[in-house]
Amino acid sequence: MTNDIAGLDKSDVALIIGSDTSECHPVIAARLKKAAMDGKVKIIVIDPKRIKMADFATIYACQRPGTDVAVLNGMMHLIIKNGWEDKKFIEERTEGYEALKEEVAKFTPEYVEKISGIPAKTLEEIAELFGKAPTAALYYAMGITQHTTGVDNVKSTANLQMLCGNMGKVGGGVNPLRGQSNVQGACDMGGLPNVFPAYQKIGDAAVQEKFEKFWGVKLSDKPGMTMTVAFDKAHAGEMKAFYIMGENPMVSDPDLHHAEESLKRLEFLVVEDIFMTETAQMAHVVLPASSPAEKDGTFSNTERRVQLLFKAVNAPGQAKHDWEIHQMIANKMGLNWNYTKAEEIFDEMRKCTPSYAGLTYKRLGFAGMHWPCPNEEHPGTPVLHIGKFSRGLGLFTAIPFKEPAEMPDKDYPWYFTTGRVLQQYHTGTMSRKTPGLNNLAGPHVMISVEDAEALGISNSGKVKVSTRRGSLITNAFVTKRCPKGTVFMPFHFAEAAANKLTINALDPIAKIPEYKVCACKIEKA
Amino acid sequence: MQITINGKIVEAQAGQTIHRAAKAAGIYIPTLCYHEKVGAAGKCRVCVVEIEGSPALQTACSVEVREGMKIQTRTERVLNSQKLIVDLLLSTGTHDCLACDQNGSCELQDVAYYLGMERGSFKYADVESVKDDSSEFISVERSKCISCGRCVAACNNTVTNRVLDFKYRGHKADIAFDDDKPMGESSCVQCGECAQICPVGALTDKLSKGRARRWDVEKVYSVCPYCGVGCKLELHVDRKTDRIVRVTGAEGAPTNNGMLCVKGRYGYDFVGHPDRLTTPLIKENGKFREASWDEAITLVATKFAEIKQKHGADTIMGLCSAKVTNEENYTFQKLFRTGIGTNNIDHCARL
Ligand code: SF4
Ligand code: SF4
Ligand code: SF4
Repeated sequence: MTNDIAGLDKSDVALIIGSDTSECHPVIAARLKKAAMDGKVKIIVIDPKRIKMADFATIYACQRPGTDVAVLNGMMHLIIKNGWEDKKFIEERTEGYEALKEEVAKFTPEYVEKISGIPAKTLEEIAELFGKAPTAALYYAMGITQHTTGVDNVKSTANLQMLCGNMGKVGGGVNPLRGQSNVQGACDMGGLPNVFPAYQKIGDAAVQEKFEKFWGVKLSDKPGMTMTVAFDKAHAGEMKAFYIMGENPMVSDPDLHHAEESLKRLEFLVVEDIFMTETAQMAHVVLPASSPAEKDGTFSNTERRVQLLFKAVNAPGQAKHDWEIHQMIANKMGLNWNYTKAEEIFDEMRKCTPSYAGLTYKRLGFAGMHWPCPNEEHPGTPVLHIGKFSRGLGLFTAIPFKEPAEMPDKDYPWYFTTGRVLQQYHTGTMSRKTPGLNNLAGPHVMISVEDAEALGISNSGKVKVSTRRGSLITNAFVTKRCPKGTVFMPFHFAEAAANKLTINALDPIAKIPEYKVCACKIEKA
Repeated sequence: MQITINGKIVEAQAGQTIHRAAKAAGIYIPTLCYHEKVGAAGKCRVCVVEIEGSPALQTACSVEVREGMKIQTRTERVLNSQKLIVDLLLSTGTHDCLACDQNGSCELQDVAYYLGMERGSFKYADVESVKDDSSEFISVERSKCISCGRCVAACNNTVTNRVLDFKYRGHKADIAFDDDKPMGESSCVQCGECAQICPVGALTDKLSKGRARRWDVEKVYSVCPYCGVGCKLELHVDRKTDRIVRVTGAEGAPTNNGMLCVKGRYGYDFVGHPDRLTTPLIKENGKFREASWDEAITLVATKFAEIKQKHGADTIMGLCSAKVTNEENYTFQKLFRTGIGTNNIDHCARL
């Protein structure tokens, strides 16, 4: 998020697109709903499902899955046409505006209606409410990113917010809601193939030199592979070993047959986890790790707030902290690591991570702090891009609309889309250990009342869902929240793994799979 | 400004209520319906005080301090008024503390203790337990409800789930889920905010029942292991069993201010779960066998070195994790970059 959670009631308007906020980020949803109830913020929801947030919205619009670029371009078309853009902001802080203007010119409400299914009039209302708002925030989640056009979608959200001058101010911003407790931190720490900690570029001579000096070894200056590419290469027999820490791609990967085959072809697979996951079962060596409740350390949340965790209980048996395991392997490989506690690692890390440099355990205290925090006098940064973008001028990108990789057709006439439900989490490794959560949410597919009636499917009745990748049988959840022609399936359940059906088509840049759209067929089972 | 409480001069700030000023000065004024998050409800009237120059007793939770105000919190008149209220509450509910989950952190118990009351003196015919155990995680014991209204305010105005309301008024006042459904059949999302804010044992966490006395637990701050909101948790740990027996949201935390969702509050069974991995495992002939750390680490290090030598470091891939700490992601990528010699590191967060 460019902005912070505390500031979310400071907007006049909040656009929620591609985020089922009350299911996936319930506590942020509570704050947004409260702001709407108190009349502080007007909410616009654009989502293929009539999500709960729509009940609190001033305007709700249902778009066909995978049409976000068209919808956002359409909003920008109307905003420019009516002169609601922030001319001063565009003039002073951005570049590339003319190209954007030219691109969105053709996205008339009628054209967008044809693509997205959102009535022209509704789009006009949305553009007016959003465009005229003194300050508007934009929230999104995986509904924006998990597309073959994921990067395009993200850039479009930035286009809109720059166009309206909503960047770098309290109550504005582009606010991706991160799905996992420490995904922000994993990226900040350099858990990416092309960057060191704090997004310092691999291959940049000065950066390479700095880290070689800091760590005292020669480093590769060749960017690594993304996970999806690595799986493909493993499938082709070109990869020899994987070391997987605390993740379960055997349930989360876009194409599970492919993932399984890829892992099988490895010469050596190490899995470090707290449970014998589907992925761990395929390993040659399994290393038992500690859970978050068993350790000291920090997580960085979706608003870039770094917060402390303290050890509450002991890890079971011989399980060890992940960092202890890494240290043992490092030392066995001839390195000389001597960490005795998490805080020492943090203090080393912040020396090579400029955005964390001013954070200390002591300063984090009860409330935590927002990075960037360059020095120990700095108060932290709840709102990014005030006065200046990190690259200088904000860059508009003209984004043409592209259809999803697979569209419904005669054989597979429904849209198939996936996501989470409130009561479960990710691949279920943790949440499914609590029986009550399983009682509240088991495997199911959400289907519209119209489609269910037409097919003779009753609530909780068995349905067969098929795509070109495979098929499975699960329970129907018939609901008014699903529009006709679209079905939704949570991906938490290995026994009814939605990802056996999803398509392994990737965004060309971010390599994110298109979990949010493919074509399927539904039958009564 | 200065005010006087029980003859003692106390510093107070303009706009502060008497209750807050007293609390800041370390003087206890009992409250039941008042909670910082839902504000002054003025319902229970157990916080009454005497103010010099004002004939009627005043509620300390709502009246603001004035320069020179003279306040008495323990006069006979105040205590008698408080005793009458508490007597009525004790007499109209099944306030058997012995096995109550709230015992030790019950605000009614605290007030009774302060007033030196053992049990209610009124005899009512219809005092019996009215339980609703229909929901997964929260027990409802209506006969312990003191109609303070905190849960109703919290459900509607804090977590905005709009499930709870009052049905009836006065003596018969009772909480209702939706249009008076059992909790488990209502639209309740089991966020537990109501259970956290209930001052008595009317709404309690099922998973914690009988697990540990309130005074036997130590609270440890942590962060929710699930979604990216990063709600701050208080893990309640029973040191004797080394187990988490309850999770509450940290009040005042900037991320969640005490709120949690059903996963963060009740999804902690995985921590001490019997299926946890407890020892390194090595696969032999398709089956896992237990191994020592030394054996497992040696195998990993040798295999990596071997593969690196034969096929190059770039044939090794590491997946870091959104579930481990910053420190551990740092050591993981450092191991790959400095030990194995490749930048093949990615995370699964695209998924
Ligand atoms: S658990 Fe949450 S949603 Fe349910 S009644 Fe209590 S506060 Fe409301
Ligand atoms: S259930 Fe608890 S919080 Fe709700 S009104 Fe009764 S006593 Fe108050
Ligand atoms: S309690 Fe719920 S909303 Fe808060 S971090 Fe955990 S999963 Fe997210």
